[in-house]
Amino acid sequence: MKKDIFQISPGFEDIMPAEYRDLIDNGPFEKNVGVSDLGSFKELLEEHPLCAGCGLALSLRLILASLPNPEDTIIVGSTGCSALAFPQVALHNIHSLFGNQNAVASGLKRALTLRFPDKVKDVVVIAGDGATADIGLDMVLQSWFRQENITTIMLDNEAYANTGGQESGMSPMGTVLNMAPKGKKFPKVSVPELARESGCAYVATVTPAQPKKLGKAVVRGILAARELGPSYIQVFAPCPTNYKFKPNETISKIKLREKEGTYETKEYITAEAQELFARLEEGKK
Amino acid sequence: MSLTEYRVLPGPESYLPPAAASMGVVLPDKGSALVEGGIVLKEEAMEKIVDKLLTAKNPVFFPGPLVLWAWKEGVAEKAKAIKEMAEAVGAKIIPMPDYRPKYPMINPAIEINPNHPNLTIWHNKIDACIFVGVHCHYANVALKMIRGGTDCYTMALCSEAGHEDAMISLRDFRIEDLYTMTEMIKKRKGEGK
Repeated sequence: MKKDIFQISPGFEDIMPAEYRDLIDNGPFEKNVGVSDLGSFKELLEEHPLCAGCGLALSLRLILASLPNPEDTIIVGSTGCSALAFPQVALHNIHSLFGNQNAVASGLKRALTLRFPDKVKDVVVIAGDGATADIGLDMVLQSWFRQENITTIMLDNEAYANTGGQESGMSPMGTVLNMAPKGKKFPKVSVPELARESGCAYVATVTPAQPKKLGKAVVRGILAARELGPSYIQVFAPCPTNYKFKPNETISKIKLREKEGTYETKEYITAEAQELFARLEEGKK
Repeated sequence: MSLTEYRVLPGPESYLPPAAASMGVVLPDKGSALVEGGIVLKEEAMEKIVDKLLTAKNPVFFPGPLVLWAWKEGVAEKAKAIKEMAEAVGAKIIPMPDYRPKYPMINPAIEINPNHPNLTIWHNKIDACIFVGVHCHYANVALKMIRGGTDCYTMALCSEAGHEDAMISLRDFRIEDLYTMTEMIKKRKGEGK
């Protein structure tokens, strides 16, 4: 546990900005908190510059609140909307070249395992759908084939959202966006199936409309990556700016898509992962 | 201008000033220091730092993460010595707690960031500053930007090999040097009475 390195040097407490003092006093470190405890601790994401009603920002908040070991978690991000929020995240995070995130995370995890053999260091990739399913698909799949012990989380807003609105592989068929006026010609890529077939120990699709389920998936994904192999979590994070709905409609849009059956939440757990979760949950009792 | 004529002086130099190293300024050997791009003895540079701090209108210390956070043994003592030196000068301390590019949300009145250090210097009208406890690669970036966009006189107390982009740079800076400089400041202030 590393919280002891987050102490301010004596004498400098009064000059440190308030948010740093708040993180030390009320942050989630060593507290074993989750999404249900939001509001009772200082969050790791503050003053992000994402759009009002951004599903991605909400999802990122929930993901960060769910990390089982935030003081020893390193996030690897990639180009996209989420990259705009990462400078405001009070965790170690690395911005990789667009699409390279799973290759960077693989190297990082291996290096940390060598450098800190007696410690648990969680490496979590958090990237958008463009970085995961299009530009970085090669690196994502190869990391799964190699059975790297990393968690990959896709923030799926179904578009290239911060470049004006182009279709991504994750946009549903027929989607019309600012820079995709003719409508998308092929269906949404099923990355969860790719993950399952590529050897991920744990795969889940979740939404921020069900925060507890999302939190549980994040914890399970990270625990599976620690012990077994790669895990994949896909979070539906719709974009009001490009899909042109009101910022206060984000959650209702998610619920509508679930109801229509056009965004399915599901979980795939290997037998080994089932056994692991049962053992861990038994240990908690 | 030939490479050897280049001097590291207060700016604003230009939007993208050259790295002093690319203009022929080299790092000092052990026992030496840099003053405005030229190599001098360490003691001479220390005297010059004291001069600059005591004659500045608004000298400010910028401690970085290496001293702000008590992350290993010995840091707390060093931090205390830095604070004592700043107090001896009568200088304000503005922290650089980490290196996140917090633009445009940074509050320049209370913190400095290596990705846009000019904001803090402009906001507080700082005419002389001390970098201490900032990782070298970020110090280099920030020092160059300050030279490029402000007229602030920069001084780096580096525990490694020094910084060409600071107007004055010491190298191998240890806690004993902090005590020495604090004594020099107190002595100089006493003489002025």
